[in-house]
Amino acid sequence: MVKKGRIVAFFLIVLLLGGLIGSTVLGVTKDIKLGLDLQGGFEVLYEVKPAEEGQELSKDLLNSTVSALYKRINVLGVSEPRITIEGEDRIRVQLAGVKDQNQARELLSTQAELTFRTVEDEEKMSGADLKEGAAKVVFQDNQPVVQVALKDPQQFAEITGEIMQKPFPDNRLVIWLDYQEGDSYKEEAQKPADEQKFISDPSVREVLSQNTVIISGPPFTIEEAENLKELLNAGSLPVKLDEIYSTSVGAQFGEKSLDKTVTAGFIGIGLIFLFMLFYYRFPGMIAVITLSAYIYLILVVFNWMGAVLTLPGIAALILGVGMAVDANIITYERIKEEIRSGKSIMSSFKAGGRRSFTTIFDANITTLIAAGVLFAYGTSSVKGFAVMLITSIIVSFLTAVWGSRILLGLWVKSRALNKKPGLFGVKESEIDEL
Amino acid sequence: MSSKIRNIDFDFVKHRNKFFMISLALIVLGGLVLAIFGLNLGIDFSSGSRVDITSEQKLTTEEVSSELDSLGYQPESITLAGGGDMAVAAFKDELEKEEISELKDHFTELYGAEPNVSTVSPDVAVDLAKNAFIAVAIASLGIIIYVAIRFEWLQGLAAIVALFHDAFFIIAVFSLLQIEVNITFIAAVLTIVGYSINDTIVTFDRIRENMKFEKKIKDFEDIARVVNKSLVQTLARSINTVLTVVFAAAALTIFGGEAIRPFAIALLIGLVAGTYSSLFIASQIWAVWKGKQLKKKKFTTTPNEA
Repeated sequence: MVKKGRIVAFFLIVLLLGGLIGSTVLGVTKDIKLGLDLQGGFEVLYEVKPAEEGQELSKDLLNSTVSALYKRINVLGVSEPRITIEGEDRIRVQLAGVKDQNQARELLSTQAELTFRTVEDEEKMSGADLKEGAAKVVFQDNQPVVQVALKDPQQFAEITGEIMQKPFPDNRLVIWLDYQEGDSYKEEAQKPADEQKFISDPSVREVLSQNTVIISGPPFTIEEAENLKELLNAGSLPVKLDEIYSTSVGAQFGEKSLDKTVTAGFIGIGLIFLFMLFYYRFPGMIAVITLSAYIYLILVVFNWMGAVLTLPGIAALILGVGMAVDANIITYERIKEEIRSGKSIMSSFKAGGRRSFTTIFDANITTLIAAGVLFAYGTSSVKGFAVMLITSIIVSFLTAVWGSRILLGLWVKSRALNKKPGLFGVKESEIDEL
Repeated sequence: MSSKIRNIDFDFVKHRNKFFMISLALIVLGGLVLAIFGLNLGIDFSSGSRVDITSEQKLTTEEVSSELDSLGYQPESITLAGGGDMAVAAFKDELEKEEISELKDHFTELYGAEPNVSTVSPDVAVDLAKNAFIAVAIASLGIIIYVAIRFEWLQGLAAIVALFHDAFFIIAVFSLLQIEVNITFIAAVLTIVGYSINDTIVTFDRIRENMKFEKKIKDFEDIARVVNKSLVQTLARSINTVLTVVFAAAALTIFGGEAIRPFAIALLIGLVAGTYSSLFIASQIWAVWKGKQLKKKKFTTTPNEA
């Protein structure tokens, strides 16, 4: 007697799954973010130098530099920056799909240390005297300017009071961004306006005791003003970054190459499906369903994590497919063994499932341990590989073990498969007499 | 097919010394190949030069390639950047001063913009390779510990031997075929490491199960019998699994793009090596070690019992 309810349940699950995959898979694949090697973009490698003499390059310092860089990249609107600390004193920044590379470079490596100096280059006030995160763009005579807020208006009053007393034209407050030892206002002032290194040099005619200061230019464009504001708000970098190299890269593997690879991937998966159907018959069909679910789920999880797909990631994905297929094969081989030993389909399914579970469990956990170590100790692409592998193992375990078991279980328990070992790829002649 | 596999009459353990010799010979050969040919290091791993060629009009890789060719230069790779009006040609060797000026003159005249030549340092890729190696070494320790808890530590050790066997094999093949070694090569080796472990553990799991059924394991003969039985029982699975992953790797090799081919070939070779080591090396090594361990125990425990 066949219990039709379970078979109906099976088809409902498959239909639901198919509907879900069919209706969302395009959106999911469109959202996948491709890494530098697949999409192209821009990469800079910096050597970190102490900003001041005697500053030690500690891990904390590197980490705070990285978080300052992250804030700055947000300004660029790049959603998937990859910043990695490499070795003791290197920071690699990878930006996939950046359009204006020069802007990106400038924004990244500028130390953004604002200083207020006299015409003799004597520092009077620095970024530390500004309120954090309070810079904004305002308009003055229809010109965009950047307004910063001061922590202590009194201090500013004293400074302006001092400068005001100097004879013209030395009564100027010079505002510098990233003043470097050896820079001289007097030299810079001789240069044409667009080559001057300082930002502006307003003359001071009265004591200013307000708590905000306007940095009015050289006439800023709105964009420039916005960038300066963001830089000031993101905070100055605690270190100096020297560019070791920067590369604008086209996709290493090219657009065509990626298309081909995807096609090749589908051909490979298609072959696997055919093999499973041919060799394992009915369970093979279950494997095709769960493998499809695996591939779909891995893409969803991947998007959800906001991860970037790179070639090492694809390698891990392939390994994941292999392990998911392997889990199916282990289970079905085990069930076939049990059927051949003369057990009924029902008890073969149960025994095969139970016995294959420890096998798959130990094999997966061992690989998971390896992946975990790669994640903990690895850098850049090794880490990327590990993340993808860990995700793949977990998802493949869920789909290939639980998914397969539930779906096949519905059929086995419906008794529709009873006395039909042929559906499992077992010939009657192979079955031992009990 | 399955019934044939099931009743296969092949003694995996008896011929172990042949397998060991084959692997040993291959490893020695691989070592020689590595020593003689070395690895064909891509630009990631060797200090080289990179030339950024800018132009007013859109560039194509073919165009830049033929221009460089006419000057007698063979770049490692050409990638387009900056929306197609810039091409990056990477050279494996550092360019000489005269070469740089020749290139600069040629392209300045051709495109009206002076190309930018910079030196690439291999430090980062070398660091990455070192890092990958250390990470795999630490992971090996982790695997031995886990296997020691769930199975026994000798099996963990044997699994690691198989792992390094497979990893070395790919490196040797890369040297032999002079396939370019770049960062993706590391990904390929890591993939094989993962596959090798998975494959070996599945066989060891069957050995563990069959050992439980054995009433007494006295000497090497008993171990050999169990190992043989386990290998025959898991043979169908071993073959089918490697077949399916080989389908995927072969499809990538044949239909995938040019750039991904070295990677796909590395996978293909590694997968076959991984299966070979699980079938013919890992369990046999363990059997030999286990046999010695039993012998030792016998000698040390007998006097106590007497």
